[in-house]
Amino acid sequence: MTTATTASAALSTALPQTEDDDSVEMTIRDAIALALREELLADPHVFLLGEDIGAYGGSYVVTKGFYEEFGPERIRDMPIAESLIVGAAIGAAIGGMRPIAELMTINFSLLAFDQIVNHAAKILYMSGGQINVPVVLRMVTGGGSQLGAQHSQNLEAFYARVPGLRVVCPSTPYDALGMMRHAVHEANPYIFIEHSLLYKTKGRVPRAYYTVPPGQAAVRRQGKDVTLVGYARSAALNLEAAQKLAEEGIEAEVIDLRSLRPLDMGPVLASVQKTNRVVISEDAWLTGGFSSEIACQIQEQAFDFLDAPIRRVNGADVPAPYSRPLEELAYPRVEDIVTAAQELL
Amino acid sequence: MTDAEAMVREAGAVAQAAHDAYPTDEQLVAFLRQMQLIRRFEERAAEMYTRRKIGGFLHLYIGEEAVAVGTINRLRPQDYILTHYRDHGHAIARGLDTKALMAELFGKATGVSRGKGGSMHLFDASKGFLGGYAIVAGHLPIATGLAYAAKARGEDRVTLCIFGDGAVNEGEFHEALNLAALWKLPVIFLCENNLYGMGTALADASATLELYRFASAYNMVGARCDGMDVVDCYRAMGEAMAHVTAGNGPYFLEAMTYRFRGHSMADPELYRTKEEVARWRQRDPIPALRRDLIARGVLTEQQADAIDASVEQEVEEAIRFAEESPFPDPHELYTDIYATEDRSHLALVHQSRVGETTHAMGEDRLP
Repeated sequence: MTTATTASAALSTALPQTEDDDSVEMTIRDAIALALREELLADPHVFLLGEDIGAYGGSYVVTKGFYEEFGPERIRDMPIAESLIVGAAIGAAIGGMRPIAELMTINFSLLAFDQIVNHAAKILYMSGGQINVPVVLRMVTGGGSQLGAQHSQNLEAFYARVPGLRVVCPSTPYDALGMMRHAVHEANPYIFIEHSLLYKTKGRVPRAYYTVPPGQAAVRRQGKDVTLVGYARSAALNLEAAQKLAEEGIEAEVIDLRSLRPLDMGPVLASVQKTNRVVISEDAWLTGGFSSEIACQIQEQAFDFLDAPIRRVNGADVPAPYSRPLEELAYPRVEDIVTAAQELL
Repeated sequence: MTDAEAMVREAGAVAQAAHDAYPTDEQLVAFLRQMQLIRRFEERAAEMYTRRKIGGFLHLYIGEEAVAVGTINRLRPQDYILTHYRDHGHAIARGLDTKALMAELFGKATGVSRGKGGSMHLFDASKGFLGGYAIVAGHLPIATGLAYAAKARGEDRVTLCIFGDGAVNEGEFHEALNLAALWKLPVIFLCENNLYGMGTALADASATLELYRFASAYNMVGARCDGMDVVDCYRAMGEAMAHVTAGNGPYFLEAMTYRFRGHSMADPELYRTKEEVARWRQRDPIPALRRDLIARGVLTEQQADAIDASVEQEVEEAIRFAEESPFPDPHELYTDIYATEDRSHLALVHQSRVGETTHAMGEDRLP
C-alpha cells in the first residue's frame, strides 16, 4: 500500500462521512492525531514513544485509542526519563526507525536539553554529513491554565536558536496536519510545538493530501495600517485584535510565522514596507524573546520603512503565578495588542 | 522465544564462547600490531599537538589499548560502536583508516568526519562506527535507541557502548541501563574504568568502586575484566557477545585499566603520584604481549621489530597524508547542518526496506 493511499484511507475513516465538500472541520488535536495515525499506518518503522502515551492515552489526549489500535510495540510508554526518551529516539532514528517522541510538556524537555541541543542538532555536522537524525519531538508549550511556574512556560525560542533543529508552531488544524506530515518525512530533527490552549481550535482541512514545509510564514489577514506578527497562540490573538481594530477603522495585516526555524521574514518585511508599523507578540518572556529577533531583523532590513518604533507585546518577565488574576496579567491579551497598535498610529 | 528455547540458545552460546574463549596466536600477533599502532599513532599525534598541527583537546588512550583491541575485535561487521571522546584507540581497533583519522585530527577535508568533528568526534558509518561523543554519558541513551532499532527491525546487530568510570554518576547512565534491561536490548555497556574522571579519583566520586555491580540493580549481567590484558578483554567480551547474541538482553562489562598520560595534553597531573603511574606502567599491555609471544616462540625478536617498523611507517604515512591534505573549503562551514535526505548507510538500508513494504514515498512526501 502506498503512503498516499494509506493516508487517504486514514483520512476517510477519521472524517465524518456526511460532509461531501472538499474539506472538513476539525480541531488541532484531531489534526495532530490524524497525522500520527496516517504515519503509523503507512510505515511500519514509525513508532511513538513518550510518557503515558499508551494506556493512559496521552496527557493531552492526542493519542487516545492508539494503544488499542497499534499495540504496545508501536505506542511505547516510556519511563519518566526525558533525556532517555529523546536519546533513545535519536538512536532509533539513526538505526532506521522513524520515532515520534512526546515530551508531555516543554517544561520537561529541559531534562532532555542535552540530547536535543548537544546531540540531535549536531550529529550530522560532527559526522561530516554521514549520519542524520530524523526524529520528531512533540512538546506542549504555554501557560494560562493555572498550572504554576513549572508547567506554564513558553520555551520554544530556546530551541529556535539552535542550528540543526527545525522548530514549528502550528496555530491552525491545517498547519498542524500538514506540518506533522512533513516532519515525519524530513531527514532532520523537528521540534513540534503544540500550544495547550490551541488544541480545541477548529478549522477546515482539505480532504486532498498536502504537506506544510517549514519556513513559510503566512499572511492571515490583509491590511494597510499596521502589521501584527505572532506565532502559535499569539497568531490567534492577533486575528482577534485585527477584528477589534477593524471596528475602529484600523486595517491590520496579520502574519503567522508558523515556523521559527527556519524563519521566513519575507512576508514580514513586505508587510512592514506597506504598513510602516509593526507589533510583535508572543506568550514568552520579553527579555531575549523571539520577538527581539524579529524586531532586530526588521530594523536591519527595513529600517527606512518604519514610521514608528517596533512594539513588542510579550509575556511578563516573571515565573508564571498560580492565582488566576495574577496569571491573567502574565500573558498577552487581545487588548494589549490592540492598545499597542493604536499607540503606533 | 520461550524460556526453554532461550535456555537452549544460551547454553549453545556459552558452549561456543568457551570454544572461542581465547584468541589464536595468529590473532594475538594482529592484536600486538594493533595495540602498537594505537600507541604510536597517539605518541606521534601528541608531537603534532605540541607543534600545533592539532588543535583543541587531545585525549590520549595510551595505556588502555588492550581494552579497545580485546573487545572491539570480537564485534562483527554489522555491529555498532558508540564511544566517548577518548576515541582514537576504538577507531583504530575498528579498522578506521589511520590516514583519515590523522587527517581528522589535523582538521583536514580528508578526515573521517571531513574535518568537522575533530579528535573527540570520529565517525565512520560504513564501519558501524557511529561516533565519539564528548558529553559524558550522553551517548548511552542513543546506544540504547540503536539497539532498540536493531531489535525492532529484526536485525542481528549488537551495539557496543563504551564510556568511562566518570559516566556512571550521570543520570543518563542509569536511564539507559534501565531501558536496555527493561526491553532486553542487544547492547553491551563497556565501562573503561581508569580510576579517574578527568582529575577526580573514582573513590572521591563514587560510593562504590565496583562499577559492574550497578548492572545488578537493573537485573543485568555484570562482569569485570583485566583491562591491562588483551587476552582477558577478548575472553570477557566473548562472554558478553555470546550472552547478547543469544537474545538475553544487555550486558555490562567493566574493564579495569589506567591511562598513562594526562586527561588531555593540558593536564599537569597534580591529582596522582608519579609512583602510582610507574606502578601501572609496569603492567603495560604491549611489552607484556610482545614478551609472551617471543617467549612462546610465536614471534622472533626480528619479527616483532618488523611489526614495529611497519607501524612506524603506517603512522608516518598518516602524518604525511594529513599534512598534504587540504583544509575544508570555506563553504563547508554551512554544509551538513540540515540533511536533504537520509544519508547514513543505516538510513539507506532503512529506505530500501521501507520501499519493499510500502513502495517508494511519493515525491510530494519528501522535503
